Amino acid sequence: MARAITTKQKVIWTALAWAFGLLMFFPIMWTFLTSFKTEGTAIADPPVWFFFDWTLENYTAVQERSNYPKALMNSIIIAVGSTLLGILIAVPAAWSMAFVPGKRTKDVLLWMLSTKMLPAVGVLYPLVLLAKWLGVMDSRALLIVVLMLINLPIIVWMLYTYFKEIPGEILEASRMDGASLRSEILYVLTPMALPGIASTILLNIILAWNEAFWTILLTTVDAAPLTAFIASFSAPEGLFYAKLSAASMMAIAPILIMGWFSQKQLVRGLTFGAVK
Amino acid sequence: MSIMKTLLTTAVGLGLTAGIAAADGHAKTITIATVNNGDMIRMQGYTDQFTEQTGINVEWVTLEENVLRQRVTTDITTNGGSFDIMTIGMYETPIWGANEWLVPLNDLSDDYNVGDILPAMAGGLSHDGTLYAAPFYGESSMVMYRADLMEAAGMEMPDAPTWEFIAEAAAAMTDRDQEINGICLRGKAGWGEGGAFITAMSNSFGARWFDEDWNAQFDTEQWANTVNFFKNMMDASGPAGYATNGFNENLSLFQQGKCGMWIDATVAASFVTNPDDSTVADSVGFALAPDNGLGKRSNWLWAWALAIPAGTQQEAEAKQFIEWATSTDYIELVAANEGWANVPPGARTSLYENPKYQKVPFAQMTLDSILSADPNNSTVDPSPYVGVQFAAIPEFAGIATEVSQEFSAAYAGQQTVEQALANAQEITTEAMEAAGY
Repeated sequence: MARAITTKQKVIWTALAWAFGLLMFFPIMWTFLTSFKTEGTAIADPPVWFFFDWTLENYTAVQERSNYPKALMNSIIIAVGSTLLGILIAVPAAWSMAFVPGKRTKDVLLWMLSTKMLPAVGVLYPLVLLAKWLGVMDSRALLIVVLMLINLPIIVWMLYTYFKEIPGEILEASRMDGASLRSEILYVLTPMALPGIASTILLNIILAWNEAFWTILLTTVDAAPLTAFIASFSAPEGLFYAKLSAASMMAIAPILIMGWFSQKQLVRGLTFGAVK
Repeated sequence: MSIMKTLLTTAVGLGLTAGIAAADGHAKTITIATVNNGDMIRMQGYTDQFTEQTGINVEWVTLEENVLRQRVTTDITTNGGSFDIMTIGMYETPIWGANEWLVPLNDLSDDYNVGDILPAMAGGLSHDGTLYAAPFYGESSMVMYRADLMEAAGMEMPDAPTWEFIAEAAAAMTDRDQEINGICLRGKAGWGEGGAFITAMSNSFGARWFDEDWNAQFDTEQWANTVNFFKNMMDASGPAGYATNGFNENLSLFQQGKCGMWIDATVAASFVTNPDDSTVADSVGFALAPDNGLGKRSNWLWAWALAIPAGTQQEAEAKQFIEWATSTDYIELVAANEGWANVPPGARTSLYENPKYQKVPFAQMTLDSILSADPNNSTVDPSPYVGVQFAAIPEFAGIATEVSQEFSAAYAGQQTVEQALANAQEITTEAMEAAGY
């Protein structure tokens, strides 16, 4: 039976939801507005909100100073590449943990998650030395592998959770019908877990896109993605907030648009199995 | 036979052509890691001229100061070879030079005129008398003040003020109703932010980080006087939330007319006198950083300099670039295009002898400030370290970051000055013992 909600309650909750939403959105809106101001207007106190001379000079300056298309392409390749590679490895791993668990499966899952607790800087030097020895410093391949390894525990955990919601009997039935392991995963499991796989992909693309520690420290020129692009506009001695805002908007715009269009899929995937 | 000859000749010809083409197609490229500030960005704009002159291409990796420091330190300690030139400061240069991680710059050409580099800069960028980095620009710190507010307060700023005068003037200029703070100073945590300021200030109060045996000195009266004076003055005349203000926050306040005085980097002079960005551009005066009559002023010394990591494969090309970027010709190139106020300051003696540059309002005070800082003798009592606002030992950056966090907490009222100093003493003592001092 649905709970009765009065109009007053509805108005209050709607207003609260809007207030919370606007609060979350405020930093992005402020960055957006600042990117169209001059450096002088950007630091004005009291702040200028909408009524100022809008200018595109910051976007022009940012494009003149750096190679945005190259950084964008690197970000896309690294984020998508590391996520797909992670999915390729995580699907069979999560399948085995969900449907043929062993005595140590829970321990393995917890151990995988515990690797996320290790401070990244702890493995910085071994990784840099290894990359140098292999001759892959400043390459997209290196970052694809590194980011895949960093996000793999999350991918496995997410897929494991989704797979656990799928009745094992369906897979058993497909086996009785003669499906091979490959067919079972590809044609039976994957279509049923598609919302979960899609949301895992989307979330990990966002995580890989925003990763700034490794992407800055392991790149110089060739593989530098948008995180390095933004870092080049931050300055402790000099007020370049308007240019920094323009660079930030250019860096987050693609992922923002992707998130906007796929939000339905993302929410569906994240709440998959939440209500039985 | 003739066919054979023809084939051979053709093959040799093709080979030569291919060789020439390959040589041409593989023009040398050097990669430079640098910091994001106005002078460095300006230099990037002129790089095409260097490429035209030499045929050497330049790739830039521009990063925020702290990120840059982490990136180049990782690279040089692993002999990574990612960069042919690194932009580093006075803190890193003597340490890295001593470790033989940098190529000594002892064979620069006669035209370059190494002797023209300001002695204070050359001294801070050398180890055992060998230059390891060429200064692109140098800075000290000085008082920037609002001449109109000073006059309204009925006071006159001396060229070399004392801390007592500064505190008095700050109180007189403060007008909370008009949102004018008498003084704006760095209180933000970080060894290069508030840590740098309070260390330079402590020199003028007779304090030092370590005694001759590397014992921490935060339990001394001199340190208590320094931090108490800073906090009392800022509580009375500083902006709200000064404990989180760094260079940029204070620059913004000063440019909007909300600070009577600001003691900070000399490079800020060109920002606050630029009418495009500053609302008080026409009323800014300059003075030396204050002292307490103990023989040491509270100004620091810093340079952003270009150095060649020992692992580079392109040492000759890197040296060519350094000679170009830090030369007098480059200074003249910038002056011709953007005016003398925008040339990289604080690196060469000849710049300050140039009558055209002498007309720049902050030129002489910048030079006087730089000349009054001595990295080899920065404290009233003897100390074992080199550096004015830092001690050039590898452990310093980590220790000073933690110590400055303690001080910032005291400024914010989260703990007393006495507690902050006691914690600073403990942090420093433990870290130095762990490092084997």
